[in-house]
Order: sequence, then structure tokens, then C-alpha cells
Amino acid sequence: MSSESRGRVRARGLVRWESALVVILIAVVLFGVAESSTFWSTTTIFFGGLDIGQVAIMALPMTMIILTGEIDLSVASMLGLGCAVFGYAFEHHTGVVGAMLIALAVGAIGGALNGFLVARVGLPSIAVTIGTLTMFRGIAEILLGQSEVSGFPPSLEQIGIAPIFLHLAYPFFFFLVLAAIYGVVVHRTAFGRSLYAIGLNTEAAFFAGIRVRRTKFLLYVVSGVICAATGIIYSLQAASAIYTAGTGLELNVVAVVLFGGISIFGGRGSVIGVVLSVIIVGLTEVAFTTINISSQEQQVIFGGLLLLSVVVPNVGEVRNRIRGRVRRAAPPVSAGGGL
Amino acid sequence: MTATDTDATVITPQAPAAREHRLAATIARFRPGVIALVILVIFGLTTIRNANFATGASIQAILSIAAVYMLLAIGEAMVIITRNVDLSIGSTLGLSAFAVGELFTHDPHTSIAVAFLVGIGIGAACGALIGVITTLIRVPSLVVTLAALYVIRGFVNIIGSGIQIEPSVFPQSLVTFGYSTVIGIPWMFLIVVAVALAAAYWMYAYPAGRELYAIGSNPAAAALAGIPTTLRVFTVFVISGALAGLGGVLFDAQVATVNSTAGTGYELIVVTAVVVGGVAIFGGSGSVIGAVLGAILLQVINQALVAARISSFWDQAIAGALLLAAISFDRLLAVRAARALVAEKGVSYVE
Amino acid sequence: MQVSDGRSADGTKEQQTEFDAEPILGVSHVTKSFGAVAAISDASISLHRGEAHGLVGENGAGKSTLVKMLAGVHQPDSGQITIDGVPVTLGSPAAARDAGIAVIYQEPTMFPDLSVAENVFMGRMPRQSGGRLDRDSMRRQVITVLEMLDVRLDPDRAARGLSIADQQIAEIAKALTLDARVLVMDEPTAALSAAEVERLARVIETLRARDAAVLFISHRLDEIFNICQRVTVMRDGRSVLARPAGDLTSDELVRAMVGRDVEHRQLTRGAIGDVVLSVDRLTQEGNFVDISFELRAGEIVGLGGLVGAGRTEIAQAIFGIERYDAGSVTVAGQPLKKGSPSAAMQAGIALVPEDRRQHGLVMDESIERNVLLASLASVTRRGLIAGELARETSKTWLDRLQVKYGRLSDPVTTLSGGNQQKVVLAKWLRRNPRVIIVDEPTRGIDVGTKAEVHRLLEELAEQGVAVLVISSELPELLLLADRILVIREGRLVREIPRAAASEESVIAAAAGAYTEQAA
Repeated sequence: MSSESRGRVRARGLVRWESALVVILIAVVLFGVAESSTFWSTTTIFFGGLDIGQVAIMALPMTMIILTGEIDLSVASMLGLGCAVFGYAFEHHTGVVGAMLIALAVGAIGGALNGFLVARVGLPSIAVTIGTLTMFRGIAEILLGQSEVSGFPPSLEQIGIAPIFLHLAYPFFFFLVLAAIYGVVVHRTAFGRSLYAIGLNTEAAFFAGIRVRRTKFLLYVVSGVICAATGIIYSLQAASAIYTAGTGLELNVVAVVLFGGISIFGGRGSVIGVVLSVIIVGLTEVAFTTINISSQEQQVIFGGLLLLSVVVPNVGEVRNRIRGRVRRAAPPVSAGGGL
Repeated sequence: MTATDTDATVITPQAPAAREHRLAATIARFRPGVIALVILVIFGLTTIRNANFATGASIQAILSIAAVYMLLAIGEAMVIITRNVDLSIGSTLGLSAFAVGELFTHDPHTSIAVAFLVGIGIGAACGALIGVITTLIRVPSLVVTLAALYVIRGFVNIIGSGIQIEPSVFPQSLVTFGYSTVIGIPWMFLIVVAVALAAAYWMYAYPAGRELYAIGSNPAAAALAGIPTTLRVFTVFVISGALAGLGGVLFDAQVATVNSTAGTGYELIVVTAVVVGGVAIFGGSGSVIGAVLGAILLQVINQALVAARISSFWDQAIAGALLLAAISFDRLLAVRAARALVAEKGVSYVE
Repeated sequence: MQVSDGRSADGTKEQQTEFDAEPILGVSHVTKSFGAVAAISDASISLHRGEAHGLVGENGAGKSTLVKMLAGVHQPDSGQITIDGVPVTLGSPAAARDAGIAVIYQEPTMFPDLSVAENVFMGRMPRQSGGRLDRDSMRRQVITVLEMLDVRLDPDRAARGLSIADQQIAEIAKALTLDARVLVMDEPTAALSAAEVERLARVIETLRARDAAVLFISHRLDEIFNICQRVTVMRDGRSVLARPAGDLTSDELVRAMVGRDVEHRQLTRGAIGDVVLSVDRLTQEGNFVDISFELRAGEIVGLGGLVGAGRTEIAQAIFGIERYDAGSVTVAGQPLKKGSPSAAMQAGIALVPEDRRQHGLVMDESIERNVLLASLASVTRRGLIAGELARETSKTWLDRLQVKYGRLSDPVTTLSGGNQQKVVLAKWLRRNPRVIIVDEPTRGIDVGTKAEVHRLLEELAEQGVAVLVISSELPELLLLADRILVIREGRLVREIPRAAASEESVIAAAAGAYTEQAA
């Protein structure tokens, strides 16, 4: 009983969460404008978009995966592997397009490995993807070692220098296009609805004929492909392919998604929340950089926001917990299941 | 009617399945032994290829590098056994390492004992904060400690932006402690082993330690049995934080050149070590000793690749594959066990 | 009804004359309702020192609710529970434990990585000086208890892999180390083999010799007669009979459990058509063996048997939830792929599962999304869900089934149990299935909705749908089914045509040997 009502509270909390994100966004913009005369400019849009681009793109497949109650911590390593494979193939004269295709294929294979272990074998996704996190990065290292591949066609390297149009950086533009697609798929298709059902109650989804395993497998494959694509973008943007590309970004991606209101338990949240979260984080980084707060220091605020995003919807719960100290002596029997 | 009556008893239990299960369970119980064996095999094979691997200096290097990871693995194992996870340990280690460096910068005459206390205290405070948030708000520890990872690291960056603490800052006695040995074994390793044994003993011999397993395997049932689950989980986070704090001081003693990135990325290496060491990622199962051996194994592989003149590039790929192999193996055991139970159960189905 | 009430009073009188000592545990005239559903309307039972007391009744008679009251999980709405004549409030499981009541569940909760002894003492482990765990004392106490029970079980072995029988023994050991004087055993034998049941019977004998009282719940009447000195029968939330077991025949017991007039459905339905579902020698290791039957269009077939006999497993295997090890399922002449609910749905099968909250519905999702979950393709236009069409469609179906709800976007948790079940039915009827399997379709729902569901199933049959009904409520089976297949311990033991079907005949086939001999 209590878990049901808590679910409802959480649902309402999250509806409010997107509104809260809009308020935070406005606050960030006001703060930026107040603190720096250069904030409200086209360079903000361009560099903000360039900086957050990779995390933003990878946040989309992560959103779907977390919606089903799983997680993919291997995204940033897949970025690195995509980058390395792209560079390695390019170096071996496959041509740019050939190198891209090979990198995307490797992304699909890596994603399929995750998907197989999680969806078919039934292993916990957190452990599997910590394993592939290390493994993918390792393979990238085996391929490229300390070397750096460069010399990509200058026309393609434009994506790291010039905007696609209207001061919009290429990676961010890709993100927006992809986000629009994801928004439609998640919120307007049968597939999207099945993701929520899987996240809230996998068994009931299975009893309703939803192909749970196939769906999860597919999500991991798509995640692999998109992250490998992000690796290609990284190579072109930086004009060099290195195996360390994107190291450590996986936790940023998870944090952006959770801050966007996607529940870590699955089944709650929206793509628009994730888009807002991406924009807020991107703008915050620019705002702080303009007032000389280093990106490392910004982590405090970022972490704080993440914490806020899980604490605020649970405030009622906290109050109950504190008030219910006495009652705690007799916990309800129905509180079965995991944490 | 009567015809069906005679054979409507129990389907013959499948004895082989049950036996298989017992064998699998035995292997699971002796996971630490299996890992120790793997370590020895790798050690032997590498020595065949490169005799220098078995020298005292080489072993000392492995043990002292492994020490910090082992220390973190002890706390992480305890946290994971309660069905939680602590991703903040790398940042906590960094904070402690940096703060202790700053302490010596400002007052070079600080005693080493005070330095250790400060480091451990900082770590315990971080752990306490995380413990309170996790248990009070009931937010999954994955999210809380992920946020803590950022907040603590950001805090280190704020106090330490651009600062690099040089070896000269640290008192000679601390730096000496970093590489000194007793009967050929690094002091640091011995300290960590002592901590591991103490933790293992606590987990084995004290009711509170046993209760951690109960909490991890079934939190609701544990609470029903009257276990103070909130207190236990809180305690475990404090221990994990305190050990990360201690790790920071050891890091200082060992590396001596400290900047604000100290300990970055340690959390995932440590989780890998712990899971390879046989601690189930969803709690209730595994041991501190196994986790510590897992950390040593990762380090031995790392060094063995160098010694065998295989590119160290393979290191990460192997570590990742090892983790996948370990959890797949655990899964296999679980499936076998379930099948054996069905066989024992006979035909009657339990709701 | 009135007759049976009179019998209840007789029973009470008898037990007063037989035992003059005060009962250890007295439950008098307790009631408990969940929303509109009365789980217990008037139950009384008294347990005396050294007796094993059987509690029998059909599913839904209120036994499990009574057990949960004794376990401190539910509190009675009215009535009284006394220990040694003193009224007690069992407000929590801890309070029940302190009152000396221990409940042994069918499948106990164990901590697999801890030893048997640690499991027995979890939450209250003995300490040595210095706070260390006193393993010796723990082991000694467990061994003492196990020896007393004359059971061999290593207190130091890990609980992982213990058989269910041994897990129950560990629970009994726990109860004894807690000095429990009342042991409630909730269908402990449902998952045990014959040898294990015998061992449990000996253990209960020992417990009695030590002046404990045992409340023994079982569906198997032979066990009741073997083990218990007295029996209380519950029916429709009331205790209708309490008598020494020796004074009862199994016939009388069955009659007391059934005790009501069976309504018979008027057979006005259309002709029964061709075979649509055919199940051939279906076997699933550990659950059921060699199940073969056919289902024809327009026919309602009941699947009877005790809880745990394997009926749910058979249904779920047909629908593809679980794989089966041998045999085949054919739908309208086409073989059905195993292990795939979506394939089963394509073939026109629908399953309304037993566990509504866990399997039937996504409880936190909206009503609309639940109604549409199994048939999203039909409201999809050019790849996108047509919002207006989706709302209209679900509204149509909810109205057709007369579901009472607020808004379509409300979570399904806001509905009553009966309305939730109707949402599940709407979800499946939308697909126009040709075979519908309903597993305990009216469990936990109010009488009015129950009748509606029955009518609905009959209408479906009239429209030519083949209906397979699993129900532990015999009146429901007898009311609906054209024929009843009885499953016992994983085997199809008897097929009873409508004309020959009675509660007695079904119970006899379901409960097995003892009652047959007596009958």
C-alpha cells in the first residue's frame, strides 16, 4: 500500500520536476547575464553546445535504458572505442566513410554484447557495464596505444570549429535532432509505452506480450551505435582520434539523465526533462567559465543539483521518516522486495 | 481413477542436479581460495616468461601499489554486501590526500599521528553524510554516492585548483613509511592486511557483521527480524568513508606528489575488484577477504603484463573480461542451484 | 446458512466440555474487512496445551487472513484475541512474537549466506563478553532443539540450498528458541514430499508432548486426520464447525467446508464448436506431467485442484510465460511456439493472470495505458499512437465493462480490486481472443463484481470464445464450467462432466486417496 502511494507522490513530484527545471534554467540564464556581459551572446550558444554535445547525445540512449530500469555505464568507453576504431581504420586506408561504418558496426557489436549479457543471460546491468566499461576502453587502448590519428578531411573537421547554422554547434544540433526523434519514440509510440511498462513492472509487461528481452537487447545495441557515433564526432571535432576520448563521461551522462527527472528505478520521467537538464548543465558550465569558475569546481554545483533532483521529490518521505521514528519499531510486512 | 492414484506421487527428484549444485556451492564458498590460486598461477606463468617477476623488488612494488586499492575494496565490499554501492570513495580519497597535504604545507611540524587522524576523520565525515542521506531519504545509494563523487571532487578542486603538493612538503618519516618494508614486505601492505583481517573478523564474529548479510539478501525480512537496518547501513558507509580517508594518507605517503585529481576513477576499479572477488553486486553474499584478493589479482595482472612484455594496453581489456567472466560464473551457479531446488522440490509447486 | 450457524454454536459447546483448562490461545468473534470485501465475518477458534488443531476451509474462506492476524500483520476490526485468557493486541509481528506466537510459512524467508544457526538467531544473536557472537551457545541451543525434534540438520551449514522442509524445520527451531507456545503452520505440507510430511508429523507430535499448541492448516484432509486432535472449519469468513477429529468423517468435513447450495447456470448457450486449443502431453519438470486436453469454441472448461497442484503453471506454460520441457500446444490446428507470450497472443490466446497486482497490471501506470498495453498496435496510426483514438477506445471498453473510475489518466491503483480486475479483462477482450484463460478471475473482489465477471465469461462463451477457468472456489467452477479437469500434484487425474460435477466429487479428486476411500 505504502509503496503505491509513494509511487503516486513520486509521479506528481516529477510532473513538477520539469517545471522546476524550467525555473532553474531561467535562474541560470539570469545569473549568467547578471554576472557577465558576454554571457548573452552567440559564443555562449556555440561553445556551450560544443562542450556539452557528447554528453548530451549519449544521454538519449541512456534515457531509454534507465527508463526500463537498467543502466549502461559503458557509454563513454564506447565513445572511446568508436573513436579508436574510427582512427585505426582511417589510418589503414579504409576511407572516411568506411572508417565510420566500421566504427558504427563495432558500436553495434559492443552494444549487442551488453544486451546479450543483460537481456539474455540476465546479469545485473550495472556489473555487466562496469565490466564492458573497462573492456571497451582496453580494446581502444590496444588499437591505438598512445598514438594519435589525425589528418581527417578538413571539411569534416569543420564540426569542431564552425556552427552548422545560426551559431548552433554541430554536436548540439545532432543532439536536438536526435532528441526530437527520441521524444516522439518515447512518448508517442507503442515502443515508448512499453519502455515505461517494463520499467515499472517487468513481469506485467511480459504478461502483456511485450518482448522484454528483445527490447532491452535492442536498446543496448542502439546505445552502442550512438555512442560509437559520438566517438566519430569527437574525433572530427578534436581533429584527432585518441583512445582516452571521453574517459569518465559515463557518470556525467547518468547524472544528466537523473537530473532530468528520469527515475533510477525506471518507468518515470520524460525526454523533455533530459533536454532541459542538458541545456541547464551546458549553460551553467558556460556561465561559470565566464566568471572564472573552473569546470572542475562546477562539479560541486552539478553534484548538488543531482542530489536535489532526488531529494526534492522525496521530501514528503523524509518528513514521514523523521516523524515516524517511533513507528519504525514495527515496519510493515508488505515492504518486500529490494532497495 | 485408481490407475492414476498409484503414480500420482512425486516426480523422481533429480539427484545429479542436486549434486551438481552442491559442487557449485562449494566452489562459491571457496571463492577467495580460487582467486588466490589464480593469482599464484599468473605469478608462476609470468615468472617462467620473466624470472625478474619473482624478485623481492617486483613483489614489493605489486604489494604496495595494490595496498590502496585493497583498502578501498574492504569498505566497498561491506557496502555492497548490504545491497548498496559507494561510488564516492575515489573523491573521498582525493579530498583526504589533498587535505593532509595542505595540513603539512601550513604546519610542517604536524605529527604523523595527527595526519592519519585528520585523513580518517575527513573520510568518516563524508561517509556519515552519505549514510544519513541514503538511509534517511531512502534514495538509492548509487545516486547519492554519484552526487557525492561530484560534490567532493568539486570541493577538492576548489581548495586545490592549480596547486600541486610536492614531496618536499611531507615529513621525511611519512615518505619513508611509504616505501619502507619489514622482512621484505611493505609496511603499507601489512597495515592494509591488518585492517582487512580486522574487518573480516568483525564480519564473522560480531552479530552486527552477520546482520549485514541479512540486510543485503532481504532488507524487509532483516528489518522484520529486528535488525536496526538504518544504523547498520549508516555504519557501513562511515567505515567505507573512513577507509577511503585512510587511503588518502597512504596515497600521500606513496605518491608524495598530490594534486586535486588524486584518486580519480578509483571507484569503478574498486567495484570491479570487489565483484571479481565474489561479492554479489546485489548484496547478501561474498567476503572482505575475497574482495581484497580481487584487488590484488587486478594489480598482479597489471604488473604481469609489464613483466611478460605484453603491452600493458591489454590490462584494461583483461580486467573487464574478468569481471564479465566472474558475474557470468556466479549466474551459472545460481541457475544450477535453482534447478537443483526444483528437482528436490518434486512436483509440488509453491506459490 | 442458518443451519451452519447452529452447528457452530454446537461446536463451541463441545469444546468447552472437552477441555476445562483455559486455552493458550483464544480467538473469539473476530472480523476483518478489506474495503468492501469482508475477509472474516465471524471467526472463533481456541487452542489448548498439547493439541494439534486443524484449520480447514476452501480458498477464500478466511484462513490466511486469520493467520496474518495471529502473526501481527493484520489487526482485527472487532473481536478479541486472548493468550492464557488475557486479551492481547498483536499490533506488529514483534508483538506476536513476544506473545509467544510463531508462524511457520509454507516457504520461510531465509538468509542464504548465513548458517542455519545464524538464521535461527537472526536479530537476537547471543553475545559473549566483549560483544562477540557466541557461536557455541548458538550451536548448542540449536542442536538441543533439533535433537528434541529428532531431526538431523547441521546448524553450521549455510542456509543456501536447504530444502523447503529443512527451512521449515529451521523456522520451528527458531520458534522453540523463542519459547513460542503457539505454532501456526500455514499449509506447511503443500511443498513437501510424503517422507517429509511424515517427519513433520513426528515433529508436531514432539511439540505437543512439550505442551505447545499447533494450529495446522492444510488442504489435504488425510493429514488433518493423521495429525490433528481437533478441527475447525472455516467457510465464507466464519468458523462453522469445531470438533474433535475423531468424531468426524471426511465426508462431514467436506460438507462443512462446502455447505451451501450450488447455483446452476441455465444452459442456454449456443452449440459447442470445433477444437481451438489442444494441449498434448505437456510436461514441465517439477511442476506438471503429461497434461493433455482440448478446448472447443464456445465451451467453458474448469481447471480444478488444490492451490499448488500446478494449474497456474499449466496456464502460464500454454501462454508462453514459462517454457515447458515436453509436449505441444496447438491452436486451431497450428502448433504454437513455446515460451513466447506474443506468439500466443498472435494465435488468439489471452491470459488473465492469477496475480493481478504483479502480473495483470502495471499498478503505477494510468488506467488508459493499462487497458491498451496488450493492443497498442490497434491505436497506432502511421507508427504513432493516436491520442484521441486511444482515449476513445479505452473509454469504450471501460464503459462496456462498467468500470467505475475517475479519469483515464488516474493510476490504476486508485481503483477497487473488482474494477482493477475489469481493467485486466478489458485489456484482453480488446484483442478479441478466441481462447481466454482466466486464473482465479474473482479472487479478492466483491460479490457484485464477481457476478458481473461470471456473466461476462458466459457471454464470451456464447460468442464462441473458448474459456478456460482456473478457480479454487468450487462454486465458481461448478457454476461456470461445462466440464471440470481436476489436477492433483501436477497430473490431470480426472475429467468430470457437468452432470456429474459436485463439490464433493471435485474435492475428492483434488485431495486424493483418503477422501476417496472414505467416500
